[in-house]
Amino acid sequence: MTDSYLPPEHSSANLWQPNREASKRSQAIVKFIFGSFAVLSIFTTLGIVATLIFETIKFFSQVSLVQFLFDNQWTPLFSQPRYGIFVLISATFLTSLIALLVAVPLGLLAAVCLSEYAPRNVRAWLKPALEILAGVPTVVFGFFALLIVTPILRTFIPGLQTFNGLSAGLILGIALLPTIASLSEDAIFAVPQDLRQGSYALGATKRETVTDVVLPAALSGIVAAIILGVARAVGETMIVTLAAGQNPTLTLDPRVPIQTMTSFIVQVAKGDVPVGTLKYDTLFAVGMTLFVITLLLNILSFWFVRKFQEKYE
Amino acid sequence: MTTTDPKAFIPDEGIALDEFEPNLVGRYKLDKVFAYASWVATITGLVVLAFLLISTFADGLPRLGSSFLTSFPSRNAERAGIASALAGTVWLLLITAAFAFPIGVGTGIYLQEFATDSWFAKILEVNISNLAAVPSIIYGLLGLMVFVRMLEPITGGRSVLAGGLTLALLILPVIIVATRETLKAIPDSLRIAGMALGSTRWQVVRDHVLPLALPGILTGTILGLSRAIGETAPLIVIGAQTFVPFLPTGLQSSFSALPIQIFNWTSRPQEAFHANAAAASIVLLGVLLSMNAVAIYLRNRFQRDR
Repeated sequence: MTDSYLPPEHSSANLWQPNREASKRSQAIVKFIFGSFAVLSIFTTLGIVATLIFETIKFFSQVSLVQFLFDNQWTPLFSQPRYGIFVLISATFLTSLIALLVAVPLGLLAAVCLSEYAPRNVRAWLKPALEILAGVPTVVFGFFALLIVTPILRTFIPGLQTFNGLSAGLILGIALLPTIASLSEDAIFAVPQDLRQGSYALGATKRETVTDVVLPAALSGIVAAIILGVARAVGETMIVTLAAGQNPTLTLDPRVPIQTMTSFIVQVAKGDVPVGTLKYDTLFAVGMTLFVITLLLNILSFWFVRKFQEKYE
Repeated sequence: MTTTDPKAFIPDEGIALDEFEPNLVGRYKLDKVFAYASWVATITGLVVLAFLLISTFADGLPRLGSSFLTSFPSRNAERAGIASALAGTVWLLLITAAFAFPIGVGTGIYLQEFATDSWFAKILEVNISNLAAVPSIIYGLLGLMVFVRMLEPITGGRSVLAGGLTLALLILPVIIVATRETLKAIPDSLRIAGMALGSTRWQVVRDHVLPLALPGILTGTILGLSRAIGETAPLIVIGAQTFVPFLPTGLQSSFSALPIQIFNWTSRPQEAFHANAAAASIVLLGVLLSMNAVAIYLRNRFQRDR
């Protein structure tokens, strides 16, 4: 190998001149192009905010904010339209609550199992399997909830209708499970081994170490994972559209058809609404409400992580 | 080791050492229950997944034949097929990849290699993590406003191009984050060595960092793309059609896509269409799972190499 570093006598190695100017110029060009790509992501945010605000202002020039927030009916497609967004929010709340009751305990326990209990070789199979669950498109989950889970649930739950919040919420929970499990597992995995060993040295059992030492130490990451799960549950569309129905009702009964914010948007958008009508603007007013809720959840999660994150060295 | 009288450590006569009851039997029992619970939770997710796959296959497999793949949607469930939906999904995939890959990777490189620690980079970082959490249906509203209405002369309205562009915006954060994470994992010594030999930052990135980071970046891109073609809500909002009896002819052509077709068939009351929905789900799951398998394979190989 060494002789390859010695240039042959007729080599032109000494003629090589670095063209620094050209190198710097090409770097400047690349930096400019990539920088403008980066700016595009800011324009995306601005575009979302501008789109929503623009149409929402038009909506509120015709519907009062008081009616929007406090009316108890949502009938924008009727001849006597009423715009009480709380009806849609209650449905979103119900399906998200059921989903979280499923996804949080299962996701957390699964995260604990993966990081603390599962042997390495089992974990190497379990993690990709859960990732497959995360990769199932939500429309397939919706199909599953409406046509397979609901008929099964109806055999033993009296009064359960074809479209209902229960089956939508349960399957939404299963869809969120991998997200919550994998984000919590990252947080649990990051807790240093010293803490566990310290706990064992004091005579704690494995369960006590996990619930009293490891989980509190990973709390900020776990809470952030749960809040992101809530944001995803609120914004999830296809499962609730297919399985929970299109029936705006102010109720917390999980057995009857309801309409979430997202399924309202789908119902209206599907029907080719003419631009400039109040119906079209309603789409964006509901979108704005949804966006504000998920943004607040996101800020809450950032704040929580920053405030409660434990640093270990 | 000399044993000392344990009582010597107790300052207060009132506390007797033998009152401490470790109750090991009970605590170990609780430990077992907890361990079982954690296994049950993990397996529950997988059992539901298995049940979903089995029931979808049972419903859809009888419908899945070559004529199902090559026929157009029809009022007659027996003759309906997914030709236009499958073609639409392939078009969307190509358009989304063509826009999201260069822009996402470029942004990732800019943030990680050129603009570290500037105020601009910090704003971008917060912005990107916010974008990642915006519900996909909101991207649909953005696409409806910007690509369908404002850019109608270019996109042709409710076209496959508008759909692809919307999905590209949707998965940009995924690709940017994956690119950054991969670049972060490349050791700095490589960059320092390159620059010590007189390379510019870009030359180091192009010739040394990117080739090493490519498998990781590709993994992230494939995962992002598989998310994009499974998306339904934004496509419904920008106006994908459910009944398209022709293949897309160009970028401005109106289109359908597999998830849209599944949604449409599932929401019909007739049972025969439900079997079609199951069969189309099998095709979609097949496409997505094979994309994910490629991504996971790439990632594992990449991790083993280092």
